[in-house]
Amino acid sequence: MHRQELIPHLFRTEFRKITAVLCKLFGIEHIELAEDIAGETFLSALENWPYKGIPENPVAWLYAVAKNKAKNHIHRNKIFTEKVAKQLILGSSTFEDVDIDLSEKNITDSQLQMLFALCHPSIPAEAQVGLSLRILCGFGIDEIANAFLTNKETINKRLFRAKEKLRTEKVKIEFPSKEDIDDRLEIVLTTLYLLFNEGYYSESEDAILREDLCSEALRLVCLLIENKQTNQPDVNALFALMCFHASRFRARKNEKGEMILYEDQDDTLWDQDLITKGSYHLHEASQGNKISKYHLQATIAYWNTRKQDTKEKWENILQLYNRLLQLEYSPIAALNRTYALSKANGKQQAIIEAEKLNLTGNHFYFTLLGELYTDIDDKKGKTKFSTSFVIRKNANRQTNDPKKIR
Amino acid sequence: MDEYALIMRHEDGKKIASPEQMERWMKQTMDWIGSIAAQNKFVSGTGLPFDGARVVATKNSKPVVTNGPFGEIKETIGGFIVVKADSIDEAVEFAKGCPVLQGEGNSMEVRRIAKNDGVH
Repeated sequence: MHRQELIPHLFRTEFRKITAVLCKLFGIEHIELAEDIAGETFLSALENWPYKGIPENPVAWLYAVAKNKAKNHIHRNKIFTEKVAKQLILGSSTFEDVDIDLSEKNITDSQLQMLFALCHPSIPAEAQVGLSLRILCGFGIDEIANAFLTNKETINKRLFRAKEKLRTEKVKIEFPSKEDIDDRLEIVLTTLYLLFNEGYYSESEDAILREDLCSEALRLVCLLIENKQTNQPDVNALFALMCFHASRFRARKNEKGEMILYEDQDDTLWDQDLITKGSYHLHEASQGNKISKYHLQATIAYWNTRKQDTKEKWENILQLYNRLLQLEYSPIAALNRTYALSKANGKQQAIIEAEKLNLTGNHFYFTLLGELYTDIDDKKGKTKFSTSFVIRKNANRQTNDPKKIR
Repeated sequence: MDEYALIMRHEDGKKIASPEQMERWMKQTMDWIGSIAAQNKFVSGTGLPFDGARVVATKNSKPVVTNGPFGEIKETIGGFIVVKADSIDEAVEFAKGCPVLQGEGNSMEVRRIAKNDGVH
């Protein structure tokens, strides 16, 4: 990996680990300090590596620098020394002894506890997701703004207020109590689901980055599965969903980074290990009697790991979408349901249903209509496809062009 | 936007359908609900099974509980769903698609939900 790619890559994977460990050590009220030290660590890498070369073990280098910076800060900052250092867990020892533990175990524990701290019910769900993306996933503010379809300023304000709230509520970085765990877990799962989607549906040409995001999401869900208290059915269902989707990673884009449609994918490129893993966790998820949206989506994704077009497959997928939409509406689920309907009940019925969807601003809607009219009224089908193209082009002009100019 | 209850009324609750027929109705009902949900107009709903059902009535100022069957009552309610709709007409359009109506004599009752409307 080249240096230009290496530092952003490490930033994505290591920034949050350093931040989580330091924040756990300092307390949530010093979350910004933890972020700053982690950020300065990467600044050092940017300054040093071009001249001195990439260190043999870049991660160890980053951890060493982060530890030094944290210790220096404790020495240097009088207020911090007097007010905070005293309350550190290792309060009785001298500052030289402060153990900044960047071992794998402590990183894991700190991240899991941070995950729950950030998803505290005192702050709005949206801010929780944003904070988690920032602190636990090392997302840039602009990337978060993109994910929420808003601007950087809004996100900055939202994160600032959320951090204030964490401070005033004196949220502890610890594992939630037994009574709270279900509610808290739900928000955590939403965050991880968004993180995965950010990677999976991103239009970025940076394949490494996209895969990184997905594997990080998988890793965080895995943290929850490895912990006995959070190894719940819906956590397993989400994990299964991610495995099934990720199994198609290598098959869904060509060398140029262009999307390959499901029907045209080379299914020998589908990762069978991930499919097996997903099936195992979907089975684990079937314990208990709660059916979450992740169960339904994972089961749909399971059917999609069977490429063969059978009546059974599409009837199952249709019924799963029928149930999913009752739990939670989304335009994409509505469109996919209508596609499944055309496969299970025929195109004529699907066209009638599609016309009711009222999604005329969505280019996928017209792609679906184009697909449905093909072989029934080809001329109309073509018109729908070109409408889809125009909507998409206009949307790209609005969102993508400024980036290209920069 | 108001909420409306779409109530499925069966003319005769005692009729017994074959398992294949039941399965077909079930699929059609799920597809009907799925269609409403795909328009983001579904709120909630449930079937109301007959088995184990009870009827509570008053006789000589005393409550009398019977197990059914519901022979004395001509119609029975099989279930209901609650939908969002801009008007009673839109709610009626949804009701028209319910597979219950394939049974001769069955009907759908469409009622606005009064809760939270600021009057009731």
